Amino acid sequence: MTLAQQTMPLFDWSWVGRNLDTIWDRTIEHLRLTGFALVVGLGLSIALAALALRRPRTYEPITAATGIMYTIPSLAVFALVRPWFGIGFVTAEIALVSYTLLILIRNIVAGINGVPPGVREAALGMGYRDGERLRRIEFPLALPVIVAGLRIATVTVIGLVTVTSLLGLGGLGFFILDGIRRSVIFPTGIIVGVVLSVALAAILDLVLLAVGRILTPWTRRDAV
Amino acid sequence: MAEDVMIRLVDVTKQFPGVAGLAVDGLSLEVGRGEFVTLVGPSGCGKTTTLKMINRIIEPTSGSIVIDGRNSLASPAHELRRSIGYVIQQIGLFPHRTIAQNIATVPMLLGWEQPRIDGRVAELADTVGLQEEMLARYPAELSGGQQQRVGVARALAADPPILLADEPFGAVDPIVRTRLQQEFRDLQERLGKTVVFVTHDVDEAIFLGDRMAVLNVGGKLEQYDTPENILADPANEFVESFLGGERGLKRLGLLPVTGAELKWGPFVDVSSSPAAARATLEEHDVDWLGLLDGTRLLGWVDGSLLDDRSLVDHEPRPFLVTLSSDSSLRTALDAVVTGHARVAVVVDDGVYRGMLDLDSIAEEITE
Repeated sequence: MTLAQQTMPLFDWSWVGRNLDTIWDRTIEHLRLTGFALVVGLGLSIALAALALRRPRTYEPITAATGIMYTIPSLAVFALVRPWFGIGFVTAEIALVSYTLLILIRNIVAGINGVPPGVREAALGMGYRDGERLRRIEFPLALPVIVAGLRIATVTVIGLVTVTSLLGLGGLGFFILDGIRRSVIFPTGIIVGVVLSVALAAILDLVLLAVGRILTPWTRRDAV
Repeated sequence: MAEDVMIRLVDVTKQFPGVAGLAVDGLSLEVGRGEFVTLVGPSGCGKTTTLKMINRIIEPTSGSIVIDGRNSLASPAHELRRSIGYVIQQIGLFPHRTIAQNIATVPMLLGWEQPRIDGRVAELADTVGLQEEMLARYPAELSGGQQQRVGVARALAADPPILLADEPFGAVDPIVRTRLQQEFRDLQERLGKTVVFVTHDVDEAIFLGDRMAVLNVGGKLEQYDTPENILADPANEFVESFLGGERGLKRLGLLPVTGAELKWGPFVDVSSSPAAARATLEEHDVDWLGLLDGTRLLGWVDGSLLDDRSLVDHEPRPFLVTLSSDSSLRTALDAVVTGHARVAVVVDDGVYRGMLDLDSIAEEITE
Protein backbone atom coordinates (compact mmCIF):
# COMPACT_ATOMS: atom_id res chain seq x y z
CA MET A 1 0.00 0.00 0.00
CA THR A 2 2.62 2.49 1.03
CA LEU A 3 4.61 1.41 -1.93
CA ALA A 4 1.77 2.34 -4.29
CA GLN A 5 1.48 5.78 -2.72
CA GLN A 6 5.12 6.48 -3.23
CA THR A 7 5.07 5.45 -6.86
CA MET A 8 2.10 7.75 -7.70
CA PRO A 9 3.73 10.30 -10.07
CA LEU A 10 3.30 14.03 -9.42
CA PHE A 11 1.89 14.51 -12.90
CA ASP A 12 0.56 11.81 -15.13
CA TRP A 13 0.48 12.95 -18.77
CA SER A 14 -1.10 9.73 -19.91
CA TRP A 15 -4.10 10.47 -17.65
CA VAL A 16 -4.46 13.82 -19.35
CA GLY A 17 -4.31 12.14 -22.75
CA ARG A 18 -7.00 9.66 -21.80
CA ASN A 19 -9.30 12.32 -20.33
CA LEU A 20 -9.09 15.12 -22.90
CA ASP A 21 -12.83 14.95 -23.62
CA THR A 22 -13.75 15.25 -19.94
CA ILE A 23 -11.28 18.10 -19.44
CA TRP A 24 -12.83 19.96 -22.37
CA ASP A 25 -16.39 19.39 -21.05
CA ARG A 26 -15.45 20.59 -17.58
CA THR A 27 -13.80 23.69 -19.01
CA ILE A 28 -16.94 24.52 -20.98
CA GLU A 29 -19.05 23.97 -17.85
CA HIS A 30 -16.75 26.31 -15.98
CA LEU A 31 -17.11 29.00 -18.63
CA ARG A 32 -20.86 28.59 -18.74
CA LEU A 33 -21.23 29.02 -14.98
CA THR A 34 -18.92 32.04 -15.09
CA GLY A 35 -20.58 33.67 -18.09
CA PHE A 36 -24.07 33.28 -16.69
CA ALA A 37 -23.05 34.83 -13.37
CA LEU A 38 -21.36 37.76 -15.13
CA VAL A 39 -24.26 38.50 -17.48
CA VAL A 40 -26.83 38.41 -14.68
CA GLY A 41 -24.50 40.29 -12.33
CA LEU A 42 -23.85 42.99 -14.91
CA GLY A 43 -27.57 43.37 -15.66
CA LEU A 44 -28.45 43.69 -11.97
CA SER A 45 -25.53 46.05 -11.37
CA ILE A 46 -26.53 48.35 -14.21
CA ALA A 47 -30.05 48.53 -12.82
CA LEU A 48 -28.89 49.18 -9.27
CA ALA A 49 -26.22 51.66 -10.39
CA ALA A 50 -28.83 53.53 -12.44
CA LEU A 51 -30.97 53.75 -9.32
CA ALA A 52 -28.02 54.96 -7.24
CA LEU A 53 -27.16 57.59 -9.86
CA ARG A 54 -30.72 58.84 -10.12
CA ARG A 55 -31.27 58.86 -6.36
CA PRO A 56 -27.87 59.36 -4.72
CA ARG A 57 -29.33 58.57 -1.31
CA THR A 58 -29.75 54.93 -2.31
CA TYR A 59 -26.04 54.50 -3.06
CA GLU A 60 -25.00 53.94 0.56
CA PRO A 61 -27.61 51.23 1.32
CA ILE A 62 -26.93 49.51 -2.01
CA THR A 63 -23.17 49.31 -1.44
CA ALA A 64 -23.71 48.32 2.19
CA ALA A 65 -25.98 45.42 1.20
CA THR A 66 -23.80 44.21 -1.65
CA GLY A 67 -20.76 44.71 0.56
CA ILE A 68 -22.21 42.27 3.10
CA MET A 69 -22.90 39.78 0.30
CA TYR A 70 -19.30 40.16 -0.79
CA THR A 71 -17.96 39.28 2.64
CA ILE A 72 -20.09 36.17 3.26
CA PRO A 73 -18.02 33.07 2.45
CA SER A 74 -19.34 31.17 -0.56
CA LEU A 75 -19.92 28.01 1.46
CA ALA A 76 -22.10 29.98 3.84
CA VAL A 77 -24.12 31.34 0.92
CA PHE A 78 -24.74 27.80 -0.31
CA ALA A 79 -25.98 26.85 3.14
CA LEU A 80 -28.16 29.94 3.44
CA VAL A 81 -29.80 29.62 0.02
CA ARG A 82 -30.15 25.84 -0.03
CA PRO A 83 -33.46 25.67 1.90
CA TRP A 84 -35.16 27.56 -0.96
CA PHE A 85 -33.34 26.44 -4.05
CA GLY A 86 -31.83 23.13 -3.06
CA ILE A 87 -28.39 22.06 -4.17
CA GLY A 88 -27.74 22.98 -7.75
CA PHE A 89 -27.42 25.59 -10.44
CA VAL A 90 -29.61 28.32 -8.93
CA THR A 91 -27.93 28.17 -5.56
CA ALA A 92 -24.51 28.30 -7.18
CA GLU A 93 -25.42 31.25 -9.37
CA ILE A 94 -26.92 33.20 -6.49
CA ALA A 95 -23.60 32.94 -4.72
CA LEU A 96 -21.60 33.81 -7.82
CA VAL A 97 -23.77 36.78 -8.83
CA SER A 98 -23.71 38.20 -5.32
CA TYR A 99 -19.93 38.43 -5.54
CA THR A 100 -20.01 40.51 -8.72
CA LEU A 101 -22.47 43.15 -7.53
CA LEU A 102 -20.32 45.25 -5.22
CA ILE A 103 -17.42 45.49 -7.66
CA LEU A 104 -19.59 46.21 -10.68
CA ILE A 105 -21.94 48.72 -9.03
CA ARG A 106 -19.08 50.62 -7.49
CA ASN A 107 -17.21 50.83 -10.77
CA ILE A 108 -20.24 51.82 -12.82
CA VAL A 109 -21.13 54.60 -10.38
CA ALA A 110 -17.52 55.75 -10.08
CA GLY A 111 -17.14 55.70 -13.87
CA ILE A 112 -20.24 57.79 -14.48
CA ASN A 113 -19.44 60.20 -11.64
CA GLY A 114 -15.91 60.48 -13.01
CA VAL A 115 -17.13 62.14 -16.20
CA PRO A 116 -15.68 65.67 -16.10
CA PRO A 117 -18.29 68.23 -14.95
CA GLY A 118 -17.51 70.39 -18.00
CA VAL A 119 -18.40 67.52 -20.34
CA ARG A 120 -21.66 66.93 -18.51
CA GLU A 121 -22.50 70.62 -18.57
CA ALA A 122 -21.69 70.92 -22.26
CA ALA A 123 -23.93 67.93 -23.01
CA LEU A 124 -26.71 69.60 -21.04
CA GLY A 125 -26.14 72.91 -22.82
CA MET A 126 -26.17 71.25 -26.25
CA GLY A 127 -29.67 69.96 -25.52
CA TYR A 128 -29.24 66.29 -24.61
CA ARG A 129 -32.09 64.82 -22.63
CA ASP A 130 -31.12 63.03 -19.39
CA GLY A 131 -31.39 59.49 -20.77
CA GLU A 132 -29.59 60.34 -24.01
CA ARG A 133 -26.83 62.05 -22.10
CA LEU A 134 -26.31 58.98 -19.91
CA ARG A 135 -26.26 56.57 -22.86
CA ARG A 136 -24.43 58.61 -25.47
CA ILE A 137 -21.98 60.63 -23.39
CA GLU A 138 -21.57 59.44 -19.82
CA PHE A 139 -21.73 55.68 -20.31
CA PRO A 140 -19.10 55.53 -23.08
CA LEU A 141 -16.79 57.74 -21.05
CA ALA A 142 -17.27 55.49 -18.01
CA LEU A 143 -16.41 52.36 -20.03
CA PRO A 144 -12.73 52.12 -19.04
CA VAL A 145 -13.68 52.08 -15.35
CA ILE A 146 -16.61 49.71 -15.93
CA VAL A 147 -14.42 47.30 -17.92
CA ALA A 148 -11.83 47.43 -15.15
CA GLY A 149 -14.55 46.35 -12.71
CA LEU A 150 -15.74 43.64 -15.06
CA ARG A 151 -12.21 42.23 -15.25
CA ILE A 152 -11.95 41.97 -11.46
CA ALA A 153 -15.42 40.42 -11.26
CA THR A 154 -14.51 37.89 -13.96
CA VAL A 155 -11.33 36.74 -12.25
CA THR A 156 -13.17 36.51 -8.92
CA VAL A 157 -16.01 34.43 -10.39
CA ILE A 158 -13.67 32.04 -12.21
CA GLY A 159 -11.98 31.30 -8.92
CA LEU A 160 -15.29 30.83 -7.13
CA VAL A 161 -16.72 28.52 -9.77
CA THR A 162 -14.14 25.90 -8.71
CA VAL A 163 -15.91 25.90 -5.32
CA THR A 164 -19.35 25.40 -6.86
CA SER A 165 -18.30 21.92 -7.92
CA LEU A 166 -19.11 21.08 -4.31
CA LEU A 167 -22.73 21.42 -5.43
CA GLY A 168 -22.14 18.80 -8.10
CA LEU A 169 -22.15 21.27 -10.97
CA GLY A 170 -18.88 20.23 -12.52
CA GLY A 171 -16.50 22.82 -13.76
CA LEU A 172 -12.76 22.59 -13.29
CA GLY A 173 -13.21 22.34 -9.53
CA PHE A 174 -14.40 18.79 -10.18
CA PHE A 175 -10.83 17.64 -10.86
CA ILE A 176 -9.52 19.30 -7.74
CA LEU A 177 -12.25 17.82 -5.57
CA ASP A 178 -11.78 14.43 -7.16
CA GLY A 179 -8.02 14.60 -6.62
CA ILE A 180 -8.44 15.36 -2.93
CA ARG A 181 -11.27 12.89 -2.28
CA ARG A 182 -9.54 9.79 -3.55
CA SER A 183 -8.17 7.48 -0.88
CA VAL A 184 -4.78 8.15 -2.38
CA ILE A 185 -4.38 11.82 -3.29
CA PHE A 186 -4.22 12.20 -7.07
CA PRO A 187 -2.03 15.26 -7.81
CA THR A 188 -2.57 15.21 -11.59
CA GLY A 189 -6.28 16.05 -11.24
CA ILE A 190 -5.58 18.82 -8.73
CA ILE A 191 -2.92 20.36 -10.97
CA VAL A 192 -5.11 20.17 -14.10
CA GLY A 193 -8.00 21.85 -12.25
CA VAL A 194 -5.86 24.60 -10.75
CA VAL A 195 -3.76 25.34 -13.81
CA LEU A 196 -6.74 25.45 -16.17
CA SER A 197 -8.83 27.69 -13.94
CA VAL A 198 -5.91 30.08 -13.51
CA ALA A 199 -5.32 30.01 -17.27
CA LEU A 200 -9.01 30.69 -17.94
CA ALA A 201 -8.92 33.67 -15.60
CA ALA A 202 -5.81 35.04 -17.28
CA ILE A 203 -7.19 34.54 -20.80
CA LEU A 204 -10.58 36.10 -20.03
CA ASP A 205 -8.84 39.00 -18.32
CA LEU A 206 -6.78 39.64 -21.44
CA VAL A 207 -9.82 39.26 -23.70
CA LEU A 208 -11.71 41.86 -21.67
CA LEU A 209 -8.70 44.15 -21.68
CA ALA A 210 -8.57 43.90 -25.48
CA VAL A 211 -12.33 44.40 -25.88
CA GLY A 212 -12.15 47.42 -23.58
CA ARG A 213 -9.41 48.97 -25.68
CA ILE A 214 -11.27 48.34 -28.92
CA LEU A 215 -14.38 49.98 -27.46
CA THR A 216 -12.47 53.07 -26.26
CA PRO A 217 -10.22 54.12 -29.15
CA TRP A 218 -9.99 57.68 -27.84
CA THR A 219 -8.00 56.55 -24.81
CA ARG A 220 -5.23 55.12 -26.95
CA ARG A 221 -4.03 58.15 -28.83
CA ASP A 222 -1.43 60.29 -27.15
CA ALA A 223 -2.28 63.80 -26.19
CA VAL A 224 -0.37 66.60 -27.92
CA MET B 1 -30.84 99.32 -29.73
CA ALA B 2 -33.68 98.12 -27.55
CA GLU B 3 -36.30 98.26 -30.32
CA ASP B 4 -35.41 94.78 -31.45
CA VAL B 5 -34.85 92.80 -28.29
CA MET B 6 -33.48 89.27 -28.54
CA ILE B 7 -33.24 88.41 -24.86
CA ARG B 8 -35.30 90.10 -22.19
CA LEU B 9 -34.91 89.33 -18.50
CA VAL B 10 -37.78 90.67 -16.45
CA ASP B 11 -37.28 90.95 -12.70
CA VAL B 12 -35.40 87.65 -12.57
CA THR B 13 -34.48 86.37 -9.12
CA LYS B 14 -32.65 83.24 -8.13
CA GLN B 15 -32.33 81.82 -4.67
CA PHE B 16 -30.49 78.53 -4.31
CA PRO B 17 -32.01 76.19 -1.72
CA GLY B 18 -30.11 76.20 1.55
CA VAL B 19 -28.16 79.32 0.67
CA ALA B 20 -28.77 82.54 2.53
CA GLY B 21 -29.11 85.57 0.31
CA LEU B 22 -30.00 85.80 -3.34
CA ALA B 23 -27.75 84.70 -6.19
CA VAL B 24 -29.56 87.06 -8.56
CA ASP B 25 -31.76 89.85 -7.26
CA GLY B 26 -34.59 91.19 -9.40
CA LEU B 27 -32.49 91.51 -12.54
CA SER B 28 -34.02 93.16 -15.58
CA LEU B 29 -31.89 93.32 -18.69
CA GLU B 30 -32.41 93.55 -22.41
CA VAL B 31 -30.05 92.32 -25.07
CA GLY B 32 -30.62 93.60 -28.57
CA ARG B 33 -30.58 91.42 -31.67
CA GLY B 34 -27.00 91.09 -32.88
CA GLU B 35 -25.67 92.80 -29.79
CA PHE B 36 -22.60 91.65 -27.87
CA VAL B 37 -23.24 92.03 -24.14
CA THR B 38 -20.72 91.17 -21.47
CA LEU B 39 -21.73 90.30 -17.91
CA VAL B 40 -18.92 91.25 -15.61
CA GLY B 41 -18.44 91.33 -11.86
CA PRO B 42 -16.58 89.75 -8.94
CA SER B 43 -17.20 86.13 -7.94
CA GLY B 44 -20.57 85.69 -6.30
CA CYS B 45 -22.19 88.40 -8.42
CA GLY B 46 -24.47 85.89 -10.14
CA LYS B 47 -23.14 86.44 -13.65
CA THR B 48 -22.82 82.74 -14.44
CA THR B 49 -26.14 82.00 -12.76
CA THR B 50 -27.74 84.67 -14.93
CA LEU B 51 -26.24 83.16 -18.07
CA LYS B 52 -27.38 79.66 -17.15
CA MET B 53 -30.90 80.89 -16.53
CA ILE B 54 -31.08 82.01 -20.15
CA ASN B 55 -30.67 78.43 -21.44
CA ARG B 56 -32.42 76.99 -18.40
CA ILE B 57 -29.52 75.01 -17.01
CA ILE B 58 -30.65 76.87 -13.90
CA GLU B 59 -34.32 77.74 -13.49
CA PRO B 60 -35.15 81.16 -12.00
CA THR B 61 -36.97 81.33 -8.68
CA SER B 62 -39.14 84.13 -10.02
CA GLY B 63 -39.33 86.51 -12.93
CA SER B 64 -39.45 85.67 -16.61
CA ILE B 65 -37.08 85.36 -19.52
CA VAL B 66 -38.26 86.12 -23.03
CA ILE B 67 -36.17 84.93 -25.94
CA ASP B 68 -36.94 86.28 -29.40
CA GLY B 69 -40.44 87.18 -28.27
CA ARG B 70 -41.21 83.80 -26.68
CA ASN B 71 -41.23 82.91 -23.03
CA SER B 72 -38.29 80.58 -22.42
CA LEU B 73 -40.60 78.18 -20.61
CA ALA B 74 -42.78 77.77 -23.72
CA SER B 75 -40.87 74.76 -25.04
CA PRO B 76 -38.99 71.92 -23.29
CA ALA B 77 -35.58 72.93 -21.95
CA HIS B 78 -33.66 70.59 -24.28
CA GLU B 79 -35.33 72.10 -27.35
CA LEU B 80 -34.56 75.62 -26.18
CA ARG B 81 -30.92 74.69 -25.61
CA ARG B 82 -30.55 73.30 -29.12
CA SER B 83 -31.39 76.76 -30.42
CA ILE B 84 -28.83 78.53 -28.21
CA GLY B 85 -25.08 78.11 -28.65
CA TYR B 86 -23.17 77.44 -25.43
CA VAL B 87 -19.45 77.82 -24.82
CA ILE B 88 -17.87 77.24 -21.40
CA GLN B 89 -14.49 77.70 -19.78
CA GLN B 90 -13.91 73.96 -19.33
CA ILE B 91 -14.73 73.69 -23.06
CA GLY B 92 -16.33 70.32 -22.34
CA LEU B 93 -15.57 68.65 -25.64
CA PHE B 94 -16.71 65.02 -25.67
CA PRO B 95 -13.43 63.08 -25.31
CA HIS B 96 -14.79 59.95 -27.01
CA ARG B 97 -15.84 61.75 -30.17
CA THR B 98 -13.70 63.11 -32.94
CA ILE B 99 -13.52 66.83 -33.56
CA ALA B 100 -15.92 66.46 -36.51
CA GLN B 101 -18.38 64.51 -34.35
CA ASN B 102 -18.08 67.08 -31.58
CA ILE B 103 -18.89 69.91 -33.95
CA ALA B 104 -21.80 67.89 -35.33
CA THR B 105 -23.39 67.40 -31.89
CA VAL B 106 -26.43 69.65 -32.19
CA PRO B 107 -27.11 68.92 -35.90
CA MET B 108 -27.12 65.22 -34.98
CA LEU B 109 -29.54 65.86 -32.13
CA LEU B 110 -31.72 67.77 -34.57
CA GLY B 111 -31.64 64.82 -36.95
CA TRP B 112 -29.93 66.45 -39.93
CA GLU B 113 -29.01 64.25 -42.90
CA GLN B 114 -25.35 63.14 -42.86
CA PRO B 115 -24.31 65.02 -46.06
CA ARG B 116 -25.71 68.25 -44.64
CA ILE B 117 -23.86 67.65 -41.38
CA ASP B 118 -20.58 66.97 -43.20
CA GLY B 119 -20.93 70.16 -45.22
CA ARG B 120 -21.69 72.18 -42.14
CA VAL B 121 -18.73 70.74 -40.21
CA ALA B 122 -16.32 71.61 -43.02
CA GLU B 123 -17.76 75.10 -43.26
CA LEU B 124 -17.43 75.68 -39.51
CA ALA B 125 -13.88 74.34 -39.36
CA ASP B 126 -13.06 77.01 -41.90
CA THR B 127 -15.00 79.69 -40.00
CA VAL B 128 -13.12 79.16 -36.74
CA GLY B 129 -9.76 78.46 -38.37
CA LEU B 130 -9.28 74.72 -37.85
CA GLN B 131 -7.26 72.76 -40.37
CA GLU B 132 -9.15 69.94 -42.02
CA GLU B 133 -6.80 67.25 -40.73
CA MET B 134 -7.84 68.14 -37.17
CA LEU B 135 -11.37 66.91 -37.82
CA ALA B 136 -10.52 63.22 -37.53
CA ARG B 137 -8.64 63.67 -34.27
CA TYR B 138 -9.84 63.31 -30.71
CA PRO B 139 -10.03 66.37 -28.42
CA ALA B 140 -7.08 65.22 -26.28
CA GLU B 141 -4.85 65.54 -29.35
CA LEU B 142 -5.47 69.28 -29.66
CA SER B 143 -3.99 72.22 -27.76
CA GLY B 144 -6.16 74.26 -25.42
CA GLY B 145 -6.57 77.08 -27.92
CA GLN B 146 -7.54 74.68 -30.71
CA GLN B 147 -9.98 72.93 -28.37
CA GLN B 148 -11.74 76.20 -27.63
CA ARG B 149 -12.00 76.89 -31.37
CA VAL B 150 -13.78 73.55 -31.63
CA GLY B 151 -15.94 74.58 -28.67
CA VAL B 152 -16.99 77.71 -30.54
CA ALA B 153 -17.59 75.77 -33.77
CA ARG B 154 -19.74 73.24 -31.89
CA ALA B 155 -21.79 76.05 -30.36
CA LEU B 156 -22.36 77.57 -33.81
CA ALA B 157 -23.15 74.28 -35.56
CA ALA B 158 -26.90 74.59 -35.92
CA ASP B 159 -26.59 78.32 -36.64
CA PRO B 160 -28.33 79.45 -33.43
CA PRO B 161 -29.21 83.16 -33.30
CA ILE B 162 -27.87 83.37 -29.73
CA LEU B 163 -24.52 82.41 -28.28
CA LEU B 164 -23.92 82.17 -24.54
CA ALA B 165 -20.32 82.12 -23.37
CA ASP B 166 -19.12 81.49 -19.82
CA GLU B 167 -15.51 82.69 -19.49
CA PRO B 168 -14.56 80.71 -22.61
CA PHE B 169 -11.00 81.99 -22.72
CA GLY B 170 -10.33 81.85 -18.98
CA ALA B 171 -8.15 78.75 -19.20
CA VAL B 172 -6.02 79.51 -22.26
CA ASP B 173 -2.69 81.28 -22.02
CA PRO B 174 -2.66 85.09 -22.38
CA ILE B 175 -1.20 85.27 -25.89
CA VAL B 176 -3.68 82.79 -27.33
CA ARG B 177 -6.45 84.45 -25.33
CA THR B 178 -5.90 87.82 -26.97
CA ARG B 179 -6.00 86.24 -30.40
CA LEU B 180 -9.13 84.20 -29.60
CA GLN B 181 -10.87 87.31 -28.24
CA GLN B 182 -10.17 89.20 -31.43
CA GLU B 183 -11.34 86.27 -33.56
CA PHE B 184 -14.45 85.80 -31.46
CA ARG B 185 -15.35 89.47 -31.79
CA ASP B 186 -14.78 89.39 -35.56
CA LEU B 187 -16.84 86.23 -35.85
CA GLN B 188 -19.71 87.77 -33.93
CA GLU B 189 -19.72 90.82 -36.17
CA ARG B 190 -19.51 88.73 -39.32
CA LEU B 191 -22.28 86.32 -38.32
CA GLY B 192 -24.47 88.87 -36.54
CA LYS B 193 -25.05 86.63 -33.53
CA THR B 194 -26.51 87.90 -30.29
CA VAL B 195 -23.88 87.16 -27.66
CA VAL B 196 -24.03 87.13 -23.87
CA PHE B 197 -20.52 86.71 -22.55
CA VAL B 198 -19.63 86.19 -18.89
CA THR B 199 -16.21 87.21 -17.61
CA HIS B 200 -14.58 88.38 -14.41
CA ASP B 201 -11.91 90.16 -16.45
CA VAL B 202 -12.93 93.78 -16.81
CA ASP B 203 -10.53 94.39 -19.70
CA GLU B 204 -12.02 91.49 -21.62
CA ALA B 205 -15.51 92.86 -20.96
CA ILE B 206 -14.46 96.31 -22.16
CA PHE B 207 -12.76 94.97 -25.28
CA LEU B 208 -15.53 92.62 -26.37
CA GLY B 209 -18.81 94.18 -25.35
CA ASP B 210 -21.07 96.54 -27.26
CA ARG B 211 -22.52 97.00 -23.82
CA MET B 212 -21.38 95.67 -20.48
CA ALA B 213 -23.50 94.85 -17.45
CA VAL B 214 -21.59 95.36 -14.22
CA LEU B 215 -22.98 93.11 -11.49
CA ASN B 216 -22.33 93.30 -7.76
CA VAL B 217 -22.30 90.49 -5.19
CA GLY B 218 -25.82 89.21 -4.62
CA GLY B 219 -26.76 89.61 -8.27
CA LYS B 220 -27.40 93.34 -8.26
CA LEU B 221 -27.05 95.20 -11.55
CA GLU B 222 -24.96 98.32 -10.90
CA GLN B 223 -24.60 99.71 -14.40
CA TYR B 224 -25.52 98.67 -17.92
CA ASP B 225 -24.09 100.77 -20.71
CA THR B 226 -21.44 100.91 -23.40
CA PRO B 227 -17.87 100.43 -22.13
CA GLU B 228 -17.05 104.00 -23.25
CA ASN B 229 -19.85 105.49 -21.19
CA ILE B 230 -19.14 103.33 -18.16
CA LEU B 231 -15.45 104.24 -18.23
CA ALA B 232 -16.25 107.90 -18.72
CA ASP B 233 -18.94 108.01 -16.09
CA PRO B 234 -19.10 105.12 -13.58
CA ALA B 235 -22.51 105.02 -11.90
CA ASN B 236 -21.12 104.60 -8.40
CA GLU B 237 -18.11 103.77 -6.28
CA PHE B 238 -18.47 100.03 -6.79
CA VAL B 239 -18.31 100.34 -10.56
CA GLU B 240 -15.44 102.78 -10.32
CA SER B 241 -13.39 100.49 -8.09
CA PHE B 242 -14.28 97.46 -10.18
CA LEU B 243 -13.05 99.17 -13.33
CA GLY B 244 -9.73 99.49 -11.53
CA GLY B 245 -6.95 101.95 -12.21
CA GLU B 246 -6.02 103.46 -15.56
CA ARG B 247 -9.63 104.15 -16.47
CA GLY B 248 -8.45 106.89 -18.80
CA LEU B 249 -6.09 104.52 -20.54
CA LYS B 250 -8.76 101.85 -20.87
CA ARG B 251 -11.05 104.39 -22.43
CA LEU B 252 -8.35 105.42 -24.87
CA GLY B 253 -8.20 101.77 -25.88
CA LEU B 254 -11.78 102.05 -27.14
CA LEU B 255 -11.42 105.31 -29.07
CA PRO B 256 -10.09 105.24 -32.64
CA VAL B 257 -7.39 107.70 -33.63
CA THR B 258 -9.77 109.08 -36.23
CA GLY B 259 -11.94 110.30 -33.34
CA ALA B 260 -9.20 112.73 -32.37
CA GLU B 261 -8.26 115.73 -34.43
CA LEU B 262 -5.20 114.85 -36.46
CA LYS B 263 -2.52 117.53 -36.87
CA TRP B 264 -0.51 117.96 -40.03
CA GLY B 265 2.71 118.58 -38.14
CA PRO B 266 6.18 119.34 -39.55
CA PHE B 267 5.64 117.40 -42.73
CA VAL B 268 6.63 118.87 -46.10
CA ASP B 269 6.71 117.63 -49.65
CA VAL B 270 10.08 116.41 -50.81
CA SER B 271 9.98 119.04 -53.59
CA SER B 272 9.89 121.91 -51.05
CA SER B 273 12.80 124.35 -50.98
CA PRO B 274 15.42 124.11 -48.18
CA ALA B 275 14.24 127.50 -46.94
CA ALA B 276 10.64 126.35 -46.66
CA ALA B 277 11.87 123.25 -44.80
CA ARG B 278 13.77 125.36 -42.26
CA ALA B 279 10.76 127.61 -41.83
CA THR B 280 8.62 124.57 -41.03
CA LEU B 281 11.14 123.43 -38.43
CA GLU B 282 11.05 126.81 -36.73
CA GLU B 283 7.31 127.09 -36.92
CA HIS B 284 6.83 123.77 -35.11
CA ASP B 285 9.89 124.18 -32.89
CA VAL B 286 11.13 120.63 -33.58
CA ASP B 287 14.43 119.07 -34.60
CA TRP B 288 13.06 116.70 -37.23
CA LEU B 289 11.18 117.05 -40.48
CA GLY B 290 8.71 114.60 -42.03
CA LEU B 291 9.05 114.08 -45.78
CA LEU B 292 6.22 113.29 -48.15
CA ASP B 293 6.14 112.43 -51.80
CA GLY B 294 2.75 113.78 -52.74
CA THR B 295 0.56 111.95 -50.21
CA ARG B 296 3.05 109.16 -49.57
CA LEU B 297 5.09 109.14 -46.38
CA LEU B 298 8.82 108.82 -47.06
CA GLY B 299 10.18 109.13 -43.52
CA TRP B 300 11.95 111.80 -41.54
CA VAL B 301 15.26 113.64 -41.54
CA ASP B 302 17.27 115.12 -38.67
CA GLY B 303 16.74 118.92 -38.61
CA SER B 304 20.37 119.63 -37.73
CA LEU B 305 21.52 117.90 -40.92
CA LEU B 306 19.43 120.08 -43.22
CA ASP B 307 21.56 122.28 -45.46
CA ASP B 308 21.15 124.04 -48.77
CA ARG B 309 20.93 120.84 -50.73
CA SER B 310 17.56 119.85 -52.15
CA LEU B 311 15.44 117.69 -49.80
CA VAL B 312 15.61 114.91 -52.40
CA ASP B 313 19.28 114.48 -51.61
CA HIS B 314 18.61 113.62 -47.98
CA GLU B 315 18.13 110.01 -47.05
CA PRO B 316 14.85 109.85 -45.04
CA ARG B 317 14.75 107.48 -42.07
CA PRO B 318 11.58 105.47 -41.50
CA PHE B 319 9.25 106.03 -38.56
CA LEU B 320 9.67 102.94 -36.41
CA VAL B 321 6.04 102.93 -35.30
CA THR B 322 3.16 104.06 -37.47
CA LEU B 323 -0.56 103.69 -36.84
CA SER B 324 -3.50 103.18 -39.16
CA SER B 325 -6.91 104.87 -38.96
CA ASP B 326 -8.44 101.97 -37.04
CA SER B 327 -5.76 101.96 -34.34
CA SER B 328 -6.86 103.03 -30.87
CA LEU B 329 -5.79 106.18 -29.10
CA ARG B 330 -4.14 103.96 -26.53
CA THR B 331 -1.78 102.61 -29.20
CA ALA B 332 -1.23 106.18 -30.31
CA LEU B 333 -0.28 107.18 -26.79
CA ASP B 334 2.15 104.31 -26.63
CA ALA B 335 3.74 105.45 -29.89
CA VAL B 336 4.02 109.01 -28.57
CA VAL B 337 5.73 108.10 -25.33
CA THR B 338 8.10 105.54 -26.85
CA GLY B 339 9.05 107.31 -30.10
CA HIS B 340 11.93 109.75 -30.37
CA ALA B 341 9.78 112.36 -32.11
CA ARG B 342 7.08 112.30 -29.38
CA VAL B 343 4.35 111.94 -32.01
CA ALA B 344 2.19 109.16 -33.41
CA VAL B 345 2.06 109.08 -37.20
CA VAL B 346 -1.10 107.81 -38.89
CA VAL B 347 -0.58 106.10 -42.23
CA ASP B 348 -3.05 104.07 -44.28
CA ASP B 349 -1.40 101.96 -46.96
CA GLY B 350 1.53 104.33 -47.20
CA VAL B 351 -0.66 107.45 -47.42
CA TYR B 352 0.03 110.01 -44.71
CA ARG B 353 -3.11 111.02 -42.78
CA GLY B 354 -1.67 113.19 -40.04
CA MET B 355 -0.17 112.88 -36.60
CA LEU B 356 -1.06 113.05 -32.95
CA ASP B 357 0.96 114.43 -30.08
CA LEU B 358 0.40 114.21 -26.34
CA ASP B 359 -1.81 117.32 -26.31
CA SER B 360 -4.22 116.04 -28.93
CA ILE B 361 -4.61 112.72 -27.07
CA ALA B 362 -5.06 114.39 -23.68
CA GLU B 363 -7.72 116.61 -25.20
CA GLU B 364 -9.75 113.55 -26.16
CA ILE B 365 -9.60 112.03 -22.72
CA THR B 366 -10.64 115.14 -20.83
CA GLU B 367 -13.60 115.79 -23.07
